[in-house]
Amino acid sequence: MLSRTADHVYWLGRYAERAENLARTLDVQYRLSLLPGQSPAEGIGWARALSILRLNSQYTARFGEDYETHRVIDFLAFDRENASSILNCLRAARENARAVRGTISSEMWETFNSTWLEARATAPSRFTARNVAEFIEWVKYRAHLARGVVLGSMLRDEGYHFMQMGTFLERADGVARLLRIRLACEATAPTGEPVTHDYLPWTVLLRALSAYEIFRRVSRDQVTPLHVVEFCAFRPDVPRSLLRSAALVFDNLGSVANTQSAETQRRAGVLHSMLRFGTLGALGAGGADAFLEDVMARAWDLNDRIGRDFLGHVVPG
Amino acid sequence: MHRRHQADPPPYDEMYTADGRVRPPYSVYAGWLTREPEDALRQKRAEADSLFHRVGITFAVYGEEDGNERLIPFDIVPRILSADEWRRLAAGLRQRVKALNAFIADIYHGHEILRAGIISPEQIICNPQYRPEMQGLDVPGGIYAHIAGIDVVRAGQGEFYVLEDNLRVPSGVSYMLEDRKMMMRLFPELFALNRVAPVEHYPDRLLENLRSAAPAGVADPVVVVLTPGAHNSAYFEHAFLAQQMGVELVEGADLFVRDGFVFMRTTRGPQRVDVVYRRIDDDFLDPLVFRSDSALGVPGLMSAYRAGRVTVANAIGTGIADDKSIYPYVPDMVRFYLGEEPLLANVPTRVLRRPDDLAYTLAHLDELVVKEVHGAGGYGMLVGPTASAAEREDFRLRILAAPEKYIAQPTLALSTCPTFVEQGIAPRHIDLRPFVLSGKDVSIVPGGLTRVALRAGSLVVNSSQGGGTKDTWVLED
Repeated sequence: MLSRTADHVYWLGRYAERAENLARTLDVQYRLSLLPGQSPAEGIGWARALSILRLNSQYTARFGEDYETHRVIDFLAFDRENASSILNCLRAARENARAVRGTISSEMWETFNSTWLEARATAPSRFTARNVAEFIEWVKYRAHLARGVVLGSMLRDEGYHFMQMGTFLERADGVARLLRIRLACEATAPTGEPVTHDYLPWTVLLRALSAYEIFRRVSRDQVTPLHVVEFCAFRPDVPRSLLRSAALVFDNLGSVANTQSAETQRRAGVLHSMLRFGTLGALGAGGADAFLEDVMARAWDLNDRIGRDFLGHVVPG
Repeated sequence: MHRRHQADPPPYDEMYTADGRVRPPYSVYAGWLTREPEDALRQKRAEADSLFHRVGITFAVYGEEDGNERLIPFDIVPRILSADEWRRLAAGLRQRVKALNAFIADIYHGHEILRAGIISPEQIICNPQYRPEMQGLDVPGGIYAHIAGIDVVRAGQGEFYVLEDNLRVPSGVSYMLEDRKMMMRLFPELFALNRVAPVEHYPDRLLENLRSAAPAGVADPVVVVLTPGAHNSAYFEHAFLAQQMGVELVEGADLFVRDGFVFMRTTRGPQRVDVVYRRIDDDFLDPLVFRSDSALGVPGLMSAYRAGRVTVANAIGTGIADDKSIYPYVPDMVRFYLGEEPLLANVPTRVLRRPDDLAYTLAHLDELVVKEVHGAGGYGMLVGPTASAAEREDFRLRILAAPEKYIAQPTLALSTCPTFVEQGIAPRHIDLRPFVLSGKDVSIVPGGLTRVALRAGSLVVNSSQGGGTKDTWVLED
């Protein structure tokens, strides 16, 4: 497969997944901002979220310290200047699909194209910060649709493997961020000191990850931060868990291995093993953040190495 | 752009005779059309628009926000040719393209036609489309224009005329295929009522043709489609053809030349490329030989080509045969190379380098269309009947200063075909671009791309100026 083609399908996977992850992150934060008694924390919550999304400096440069909920939602969901807004991720996914429309199935191209066309046409009018819940549902629905189209129509060749790698590296990154945002908000509750953990925010998080029912079904644990992080990190059978993402990255990488990718495969194996055999027990909730940060760093290292080994990216330095 | 005179007889209509009878190829369709309510047609047209948008069958418009590609309007009324009309047309096209390929081979080898005095050498040597780099180079099978798009119009009593030969990177074939797909989706019942010759095998033919053009000795040739990129106005077609043929769509930067061979960069390292179906103009193909500022091309491609290690289709330098200054000589080429009388007529063309043609033209400027031979896109053109006296006088002076730069043709009344426009069904002018593939033999899928000028009276079918397309049916016996 052409390196450039592989690069486009890889980023198609990443951007499509990023749009979905952002929608899910927004879902959690938005629902929590509606809870009674949360308003003093609202600003802190959004600031934490933006900084873990690495968007806080861009945000404050434009809007200062004004973290009014609707403003932040507009920025994250619809803003055309914010390259990482959901709208722009959908656009980027579509542009990558367009660049390889001859390689992916026509159904895939049509799906990503119509998602973008519809988002562009309706986001300013039908969807606004006022009815963001509807927009989030729509983004998730379109993501489910695209996933089905990919599974049902895409040739299982290298392109598929690269798209899967893009998807699952992005998912690992997105889920780790979402958990870290939640942990960060816990650590700075309104009173300024650690609070007894309210189960509610973590329930909201599980729901946003489409995992609440699964949690109830497979776990007898209470909904506590540690349990939820462990659940989201180490379960091999939960669709959005870190372990499952890392396992799929490792598998798909193995399917495209070339003469220079041995070290990248080894590192993917390390990440996989960390999650496969890891526990948080010894680390506690405080160490969880460091653990998640490490997972994110390893995911980005893999991203760079895949670019170098397969996608024709120039090695920096 | 120009309108016909009110006094002229009405142009040939493809569906109806002058006294209102339905022409035979349309007999079944016309009956269906009169029974079909206008609302139903309107609904089908809206459906077609939304499908084309979703499928992204669009052309990019430079300078507009990404994602703002435009649709080429699609008309739901097909243009229909009888089996017999098509047989005659196809025979003429085959003959013409054979002669054009023979001409290009001659120009880059022995110059027989120049020595026979049919075309003067300075018309070749001084022509910017002549590529000295091609002189003496043998290409596989002696084929230069593997893919030709010949623009054909009907005028008078329905006679076919060739308006233009496109031998460089002719485009539009994807619309031929997508229009058919759309018609079958919208009106499946029509295909049960009419025996329409299929066109869907074009990509197979094209691939076969390109593979057969590979350098000698390559057992299983690798073909690629070379595109300028996603921002090119014809990008949809490039991606479409690559996908339909199952070959890689590459940009210049995906290819490189090493040890005299062309390779593409893949996830498993370099892979040899044997045939490049390029959709980039000569000028941009190889910055080492042609325009050095081209970022679209492949440095060294020309040297690999000259060494016979890669085939470029169409060959470099085919523009010498589709230039307006050479067009008037195509009928002579048919006679010279094939020893046959041309089956397809040119539009009668006066070559102003000839004194008697010049004198006639200057005396009839108000009736003729005068074209600058190297002009394109309607620039450097005088449309006599609609031009003002001052414009004609200005052109007279320009012609006198350099008559060899101009040709003149009568204003043709292009045929019309009923078309579904805002006001309902109304006649609009059309042309036809069949696609002729040359390899071991010459093949043409039945039909081609019919373009239609959607504005009443307009003769301009170009998509950039409000032209649309129609599905083209060739009926089987």
